[in-house]
Amino acid sequence: MISEEVSGNNKRKFSLSRLLRENPIAQGLFLISPANIYLFIFIVLPLLLVAGLSFLSRGTYGQVEFRFDITNYTRLFDPLYGKILLFSLGVGLGTTVICLVVGYPLAYFLAHAPTKQRSLLLFLILLPFWTNFIIRIFAWMIILRSGGVLDSLLQWLHITQAPLNLLYSPTAVMIGMVYEYLPFVVLPLYTSLEKIENSLLEAASDLGAPPWKAFLRVTLPLSVPGMIAGTILTFIPSMGMFVVPDILGGAKTILIGNVIRNQFLTARDWPFGSAASMILMLLTMIFTLYYTRKAGFGEELLV
Amino acid sequence: MSEKKSSIWLRIYSVLVYGFIYAPILILIVFSFNTQKLNIRWEGFTFHWYEVLFKDGQVLLATRNTVIIAIISTVVATFIGTMAALAMQRYRFPFYNTSETLMYIPIVIPEVVMGISLLVFFVMIKFTLGITTIILSHIAFNVPFVTLVVRARLHGYDKAIDEASMDLGANEITTFRRVTLPTIMPGVLSGAMLALTLSLDDYVITYFTAGPGSTTLPLRVYSMVRFIVTPEINALSTIWVAIIFIILVIGQVAQSKRA
Repeated sequence: MISEEVSGNNKRKFSLSRLLRENPIAQGLFLISPANIYLFIFIVLPLLLVAGLSFLSRGTYGQVEFRFDITNYTRLFDPLYGKILLFSLGVGLGTTVICLVVGYPLAYFLAHAPTKQRSLLLFLILLPFWTNFIIRIFAWMIILRSGGVLDSLLQWLHITQAPLNLLYSPTAVMIGMVYEYLPFVVLPLYTSLEKIENSLLEAASDLGAPPWKAFLRVTLPLSVPGMIAGTILTFIPSMGMFVVPDILGGAKTILIGNVIRNQFLTARDWPFGSAASMILMLLTMIFTLYYTRKAGFGEELLV
Repeated sequence: MSEKKSSIWLRIYSVLVYGFIYAPILILIVFSFNTQKLNIRWEGFTFHWYEVLFKDGQVLLATRNTVIIAIISTVVATFIGTMAALAMQRYRFPFYNTSETLMYIPIVIPEVVMGISLLVFFVMIKFTLGITTIILSHIAFNVPFVTLVVRARLHGYDKAIDEASMDLGANEITTFRRVTLPTIMPGVLSGAMLALTLSLDDYVITYFTAGPGSTTLPLRVYSMVRFIVTPEINALSTIWVAIIFIILVIGQVAQSKRA
């Protein structure tokens, strides 16, 4: 049948197409190549350039000079930048922990909701997050502004008398970050909690464990994969964040993401910005590797 | 898990969290009809900001750019990503693990790092920043997400139906077109939906790879937030939210009808 399709003059094309038809390895390589080539050119190559750039030095006019320079890295551990680095780590970890604490009960509630309502309840959590990210942060600007919605509400309830001046403070940045990443924690946690067999809890109760103890010894440990997935999904993006500090933090809250952005767009010190990027990437990668090795997960990341 | 009723405290708590999630969006929408210019206190009802918005040439241009970028990058990323998903789920080939690692890089590195690295790359190869560079970058971050979603759908795919098709005399191409593709289509479509959403929403990577004249809606909204801050942003946001809600609700209803 195949030989009927072959005309004598395109033998080479024939052999290639036959290879693709009959050899599964060739088929696999054919299908994966576009992605591999594309990601190599637009992800790996740029990252390698940045890695190289981080060891060069900045010329007087902001140009890059081909002179080996390690001070880009040592500068990062100056008191000034060291403090920013630590502060960013703190904000990243803080956001993650608050998201876990706020999101856990909600995920638990979702996992226990009647099956019919579950998908609607999940959908309602995701709905606002399909709108634009900048728009959501802007909404918090309106709420937190001095004399704005929150201040008016609190004064109307006689909880406070004077404006709280929350906008342009680290608190505002944290509120914005928690808001932004909450669904990234709730969804994987829900996936974990939903999978726990009820019979396990019944067994715990039959063996005399009170509900709180069953929760601590059965539910909590079994939801660890969800917590890890949620932590990774929250911690990595929050470490590099510069938009929320820009909008809600004013000029007062500077994270490592802001430093990187400024080196590339205003200060024009690309080698230093590259070094900061490498350190940020290293931190998040160590973190991710550590956690993914510690507990096998995968499904939770797929939701 | 069981369907037993959650305690009253858990329910109250959940209602409060839902309130926390929805309050900002609702306030934003309400204030888009506010006569006060500063977005601080409610003063009176007006459509004024919508009029201002529809006359704003820059917003219209940004909308056009955003749509072009989202559609092209989604289509290309869906093709590349679906092919990769098929390869990884059904074949074993040399450098399999390397290919898999490559897929995870864009997902696990912070966006700002990806943004600056693409900026450095385009500047070094002297590629003028503009719509093309934004599209190329969006494809790069979308491919892994499409692959992830399609792979998840392929996970339970029964290869026996492909074999049955071949036994009945169909060749690989016919089998793929008439059997495989229709089966994995829901996965491909949800991968494409995710890519579209990520592209429409992206600020960070677009910010670093945009040039003059290639402003997108998120970039425009950002500069309005920083420099103009009138309820025109609220009006724009309200329309954006309304469009997204309508698309999602239609999608959700269509899905639940099929199920």
